[in-house]
Amino acid sequence: MTGAVGNACLAVGLGAALYAAGAGVYGARSGRREFVTSARWAMYCLAGLLTIAMIMLESAYLRTDLSFKLVAQNSSHETPTFYKLTALWSSQEGSLLLWAFLLSVYSSVVLLVTRRKLREIVPWATAVLGVVAAFFLSLMIVFGQNPFAKLARAPVDGNGLEPLLRHPAMAIHPPMLYSGYVGFAIPFAFAVGALITRRTGADWIRSTRRFALVAWTLLGTGILLGALWSYSELGWGGYWAWDAVENASLMPWLLGTAFIHSVMVQEKRGMLKMWNAGLIMATFTAALIGTFLVRSGILDSIHAFGASTLGVPFLIFIGVVAIGSVVLLVSRRDSLRSEGQLESLLSRETFFLLNNLVLVVLCLVIFWGTFFPLISEAVTGTKQSWGPPMFERWTVPLALLLALLSGIGPLLTWRRASPATVRRALKWPLVATAVALGVMLVVTPAAESVTSLIMFTLIAFVLAAVAQEFLRGASARRVMARESWPAAMASLVRRNRRRYGGYLVHAGIAILFLGVAASSGFHAQKDVSLRPGQSTRIDGYTVTYRRPTAGINSDRGGTGAPISLGAVLDVRRGGDHWTMRPSRNYYKNNDGTGGVFGQYFTGDSTSEVDLRWGLKRDFWMAVQPDTTGLMKPLRELNRRFSNASERTQIAGFVALMEVYRRTAPPAQFRAIVSPMIAWIWIGGAIVLVGTLTALWPTAEARRRRAASLAAARLGRELSRA
Amino acid sequence: MDPARKRKIRLVVALTAAVVLAGALVWTSFGSATEAATPSQALHGAPGRSIEVTGKVVDGSVRRGDPLRFRVRDRNGATSIPVVYRGTIPDPFREGREVIVTGRMQNGTFVGQRDSLVTKCPSKFQSKPGGKTL
Repeated sequence: MTGAVGNACLAVGLGAALYAAGAGVYGARSGRREFVTSARWAMYCLAGLLTIAMIMLESAYLRTDLSFKLVAQNSSHETPTFYKLTALWSSQEGSLLLWAFLLSVYSSVVLLVTRRKLREIVPWATAVLGVVAAFFLSLMIVFGQNPFAKLARAPVDGNGLEPLLRHPAMAIHPPMLYSGYVGFAIPFAFAVGALITRRTGADWIRSTRRFALVAWTLLGTGILLGALWSYSELGWGGYWAWDAVENASLMPWLLGTAFIHSVMVQEKRGMLKMWNAGLIMATFTAALIGTFLVRSGILDSIHAFGASTLGVPFLIFIGVVAIGSVVLLVSRRDSLRSEGQLESLLSRETFFLLNNLVLVVLCLVIFWGTFFPLISEAVTGTKQSWGPPMFERWTVPLALLLALLSGIGPLLTWRRASPATVRRALKWPLVATAVALGVMLVVTPAAESVTSLIMFTLIAFVLAAVAQEFLRGASARRVMARESWPAAMASLVRRNRRRYGGYLVHAGIAILFLGVAASSGFHAQKDVSLRPGQSTRIDGYTVTYRRPTAGINSDRGGTGAPISLGAVLDVRRGGDHWTMRPSRNYYKNNDGTGGVFGQYFTGDSTSEVDLRWGLKRDFWMAVQPDTTGLMKPLRELNRRFSNASERTQIAGFVALMEVYRRTAPPAQFRAIVSPMIAWIWIGGAIVLVGTLTALWPTAEARRRRAASLAAARLGRELSRA
Repeated sequence: MDPARKRKIRLVVALTAAVVLAGALVWTSFGSATEAATPSQALHGAPGRSIEVTGKVVDGSVRRGDPLRFRVRDRNGATSIPVVYRGTIPDPFREGREVIVTGRMQNGTFVGQRDSLVTKCPSKFQSKPGGKTL
């Protein structure tokens, strides 16, 4: 029943998407508005249908209906309820459905908002969104990625959700990332509509600016959550590994960052039209690559590519999007001429342009590095890969340059800044930076890492520049409106949300970079094997392994792990003293190797890191217990109690845990002291506050809306009278 | 200076910068990236050179301890080489899973660099969003 409804929703949805595409194009060409309206309603229907499909699939997960292939693949009776729900997007098919669902919701919202605006552009944009939705639906229906596929015979239990994904950050990371990817489809569709109809003014940008900003924020949040997951769940202690999956999500984010800056130049000065249209097209293409190419196996080898069922249709679609974009840009180049010109190198638009160039170069470098295994295999025949050092060698200088530009840009005026005003604007930020540099050199060990020192100095400059902008604006209001400092600050932000929200974002990114520079330049790490009672020293801390722990169903993280082996440690520095309890979770092997008892030690196992967060530094601790001593008792248990009652078997496990605690074999520990790493997440939160500030409807817009509503009411009353 | 000439100069400067940058990117990439190899290629290749071996962990070959010892075989084949490794062991590391490890051949044994072991996820895990190959 659930499956039938789900399948029907997908099939009818495909029809609705194709209809929206067709009716949009026909309505645009013939000028018949009713077709455009019906195309919009088709998209609303699609959103409704896919919402039902999502509910159907989630209900199958919730009931653990193992006749569904997906449910059997990545859920099970024992999976905790929360992770049953999030298991939906852990499969390829489920995430395709999520993609299409999010796209249909975004599309409906944007079409609702613009239903009385942009009469020429909207029909084409509707058609583009319809085509994209139809592509994703056809992957599910035609190319065998059906999320509602059934198994001929339902297994007794499912595989369960991959233990590594049982983490709150990982549960919301994929929907965030996808919301970001999908969100860029909206400005993309409107850009295509604007180019087709040659309405290349800033209207399409104004109508979709918020969508681009929302997409950018969600994608950024998703990336940060992924980093947080990597740091606090994976047992290696880092948050970024220049892994292909990570890079794939960073590329559209970088291009999106460039886009939300450069559109301002078009809004203010009518310049960079070609660039903006090209940029959003590249961003959407990168988002498609991010969604798919990494999962297609293409990065493993060119030859593995043919084996993937999704590879060919997706590559064709990405090719169509990319080539279509270029053709459209070239054919419309006459309507994309600039209305203005760069008047001076010392102007805000010049710095926006430079920041754009750096961001695009950064993206291209990461693209090259990510795809280098393919490029080198194609060119030289042997596969070579870029390690993290190569990525760092290229990206760090570019990041420094970016920080410098983001500090100077906001201090300059549009069009042309006179050298005298620039000097005045730079004076106090430069003084503050010099003071900060002096303090760092005298008080902190920052000079030990030159790159970090340069970064810290630039961050001080950016923060000082932002602070100056706030103080200048507020002090002007204080004088003009006779307000107190807090009131002046509040009304300053309220009256110009976009600008001051943007400054907050700059400050947030600077603080995030602070965390990155400090934790990568100055972290201490130690891998050591300890017996109970033994101690080790790291960065002035004394770490003592007190005793081993072992428990059944004892994991505090709510992952539902059957067995946890861990350690209790004392950490001490001076008068500071605390206890840490890292552990390792062991999950049942699904194919039963290892016997009734042993199967719990041949399956997946995950590090459960213990972290002591701090504004100054984090203390990070992971343990790798040695289970070789348990192998003999396990064989014994398997031999004697394999057919025993459940209670006897539980008693067996309890005894086994006791063996581990008593024999207390030496365990491998990894301790990391990372200074200021918490500021990465704090900076991310400030960015979020900043974008929300910028997105919040302005008082003026609210007044306008209220005024038009009042006018409409008056009109109705007049017509009645 | 007339605007047309100025634009031309800017274009030339920008293009030169782009070409230099692209050249540097290509040059440094091919110069310093590590060569990737399968276990059988590593076995027959020149010893002592730093390479990145990708292959599957042979069933029953893992000896956990310090150092970690295991054998890694070709993805579709039986040729395998012994590996000695110290450092972090990624959570998904298991027999039968695909791993990448950087190091060099010494007397028929592949000696891995510290912390260079990366576990590629099996197809079940690979298809997950954000399913890092780490």
